[in-house]
Amino acid sequence: MQHGKYRFIVGFLAVPLGLYALFVIWPFIQSIYYSFTDWTGLSPDFTMVGFANYERMLDDDIFWKSLQHSLLFALLLPVVTIGLALFFAFMINVGGRRRRGGPVISGVRGSAFYKIVYFFPQVLSIAIVALLFAFAYNPDSGAINSVLRAVGLDGVQPLWLGDPDLALWAVMAVLVWSTVGFFVVLFSAGMASIPAELYEAALLDGANRVTTFFRVTLPLLWDTVQSGWVYMGILALGAESFAVVQIMTTGPGGPDYSTTVLVLYVYQKAFRDGQAAYATTIGVALLVVTLAFAAVVMRLGRRERLEY
Amino acid sequence: MGSTSAENTGAGDKSTTGVGRRALIKRSAALGLISVPTMSFLSACASGGGEDQEKAKAGKKTAKNPLGVNDGAQMEFVLFDGGFGKEYAEDAVKVYEKNFPEAKVDFSATQKIQSTLQPRFNQGNPPDLIDNSGAEQMDMGVLVGKNQLADLTPLLDAPSYDDPGKKVRDTLRPGIVEMGQFDGEKVWILYYAYTVYGVWYSQKALDSLDEQYPETWDQMLAVCAKAKKKGMAGWTYAGKYPYYLPFSLYPMIGKVGGREVLDAIDNLEPNAWKHPAVKACFEAYYELYKKGYVLKGTPGLDHIQSQTAWAQGKALFLPNGSWVENESAKVIPADFGLAVSAPTGLDSSDKLPFGTIWASGGEPFIVPAKAKNGAGGMEQLRIMLSEASSKNFTSKVKSLTAYNGGTDGIELTPGLQAGVAALDKAGDNVVNPRLQDWYVQLQKEKIGVSGLGEMMAGRITPAEAIKKIQGFADETAKDSSIKHYKHQ
Repeated sequence: MQHGKYRFIVGFLAVPLGLYALFVIWPFIQSIYYSFTDWTGLSPDFTMVGFANYERMLDDDIFWKSLQHSLLFALLLPVVTIGLALFFAFMINVGGRRRRGGPVISGVRGSAFYKIVYFFPQVLSIAIVALLFAFAYNPDSGAINSVLRAVGLDGVQPLWLGDPDLALWAVMAVLVWSTVGFFVVLFSAGMASIPAELYEAALLDGANRVTTFFRVTLPLLWDTVQSGWVYMGILALGAESFAVVQIMTTGPGGPDYSTTVLVLYVYQKAFRDGQAAYATTIGVALLVVTLAFAAVVMRLGRRERLEY
Repeated sequence: MGSTSAENTGAGDKSTTGVGRRALIKRSAALGLISVPTMSFLSACASGGGEDQEKAKAGKKTAKNPLGVNDGAQMEFVLFDGGFGKEYAEDAVKVYEKNFPEAKVDFSATQKIQSTLQPRFNQGNPPDLIDNSGAEQMDMGVLVGKNQLADLTPLLDAPSYDDPGKKVRDTLRPGIVEMGQFDGEKVWILYYAYTVYGVWYSQKALDSLDEQYPETWDQMLAVCAKAKKKGMAGWTYAGKYPYYLPFSLYPMIGKVGGREVLDAIDNLEPNAWKHPAVKACFEAYYELYKKGYVLKGTPGLDHIQSQTAWAQGKALFLPNGSWVENESAKVIPADFGLAVSAPTGLDSSDKLPFGTIWASGGEPFIVPAKAKNGAGGMEQLRIMLSEASSKNFTSKVKSLTAYNGGTDGIELTPGLQAGVAALDKAGDNVVNPRLQDWYVQLQKEKIGVSGLGEMMAGRITPAEAIKKIQGFADETAKDSSIKHYKHQ
């Protein structure tokens, strides 16, 4: 019945694969095609221009700046977010002190509450988060500077989003704040599936919290961490970074191009400047970066699977 | 990502764990790959041929119907549903329907001009009249460059709605016809609203300082010094969108150096920004920063935040446009005494008199070249440019229209009144810099954010700002992917 089995499988896969080809692969191909034209996006006529858009892109300072920021996002945000999330998840699930009569392994006091608090930003749409922080960063009457004033730091009143040296970090902080909760929950779920016996054994051997984390928790959680890594990197290259930069920053993309990212530049070229072809060219560059990022993470993260 | 938690329920069951996570990694990678570059594909599907639609037959030209509208043809009108709402247009549509009882008007209002209409331009079946405005405005330069718009000259040369002896073009405010031109005589756009740009302030605050609006820069500095003593900043502006600064800076440059300087800047002439008038004005503004007359934290404020700080009396002057009255209506106190003035000049050696102001059209209406019933679209515009429709607009949305007049007999709000007074004072000295509609990227992010914004935050000097901006202008002049325009 081998033959029939494959027909059965193909029958199930045909529709999703067809949809995938139509709505994912085909637009990819179309987009690459348009990157070789001079299409404006506002009229149906265009001509082929060869590699002109690509040459222009390589000469475009703003493109390089955007690329630099996008790469920084893709490298730094996963490290910080996932590092924080692992720490929080560990403290919530494993890191607690042993309480008399309680289970061997437990989180810190009030961990159920923390879990909800961390997850809360995930409930808000990224646009709302960005708006809220735009208010908080207001140098004149925003929450952050008001707190600084309240504790007597009148001299320290940064411009936040108005300062080219701070703006990018301010944006990154918002992304970390809004995404860390998701990973806390993800990793908590992963940690809950690690058998308690392993921890008990480690404790009996005299392992402290740090050792337990690096020798027991992290190796057993590796697959989840890796997928979280890819997911976070893509978030940092894609829609989430676009939303915060577009909504919060000076310009947007400023001050002085200090916060512009590739997705924002694609959007500006396509929908502000009427240069859809050039925008697709940058889109292709973004595609290459994203693929490269995913490939690197997959390769670096390859490890022996642990069965438990 | 739900598979992870599903998996946990079977934590003890070793046989099921392997599949889930591996698949999850792959799936999340794939998912991400889909979502990231989607931005560029949104428009990608939009292109692809399409036959031009058949045009409606022309009707008979009569005195009442000078554009020869076909009474039986449908007219489609798409309005930007923004700050001005849609009521004014609906009222005008009613007049059209009354005048052409056989015609059906398909009226719709949306904020998503680009998403709804870009595909229709691509397919060659655009509507007959569009208010191409808002955040999703379609690039006018590209539309003109690709021959997508109809020349509105027939409308401008038609007799006006109220007075058959007067052409439509003679009933419009200064600058409106010119703004609709890109290169050559043809007029592609009719700006319906009329915006007054300048320095906005509270008469009450100025009175409390015992001061008048300053006409020379020395007086300006004196007023600011006085305000500072009372704990009030002299200026604030939309620091996150520093392209609000030109609303008072450009007309000041025009006043100091004459119209030619602004024209040279618009024409992207080499060294246009190195003119002494530009330098003097940049230095004057920089002095505001240097002397601490700009509200602290301004570079981090967006337009709403800066307007709020200004309305609360934290700063005296604000460069802005006449929409500020509506936009900040909730925070402007009733006894604020909202007023606008033409920008302060340098001294008596300025080329143009005090009162020189920037005023120009807003709400750009276009009739697509491939519209089925272009004459109907133009007739609708002709109706909107009548005195009655104009008055209706002004009283409903508190803004002037392109129709010159139309303010008698209706009650004007303080800001509107101040705007009318400023226009009266200006007379013919109305300047109309075009960078913001010709070269959006240059005006907003290059000159605005990277040039003026950096200078007013004190991070670069006026000399550096001028050098930087001249570099940007030269870049734009050389860029062959951008269409270039010249003042006629």
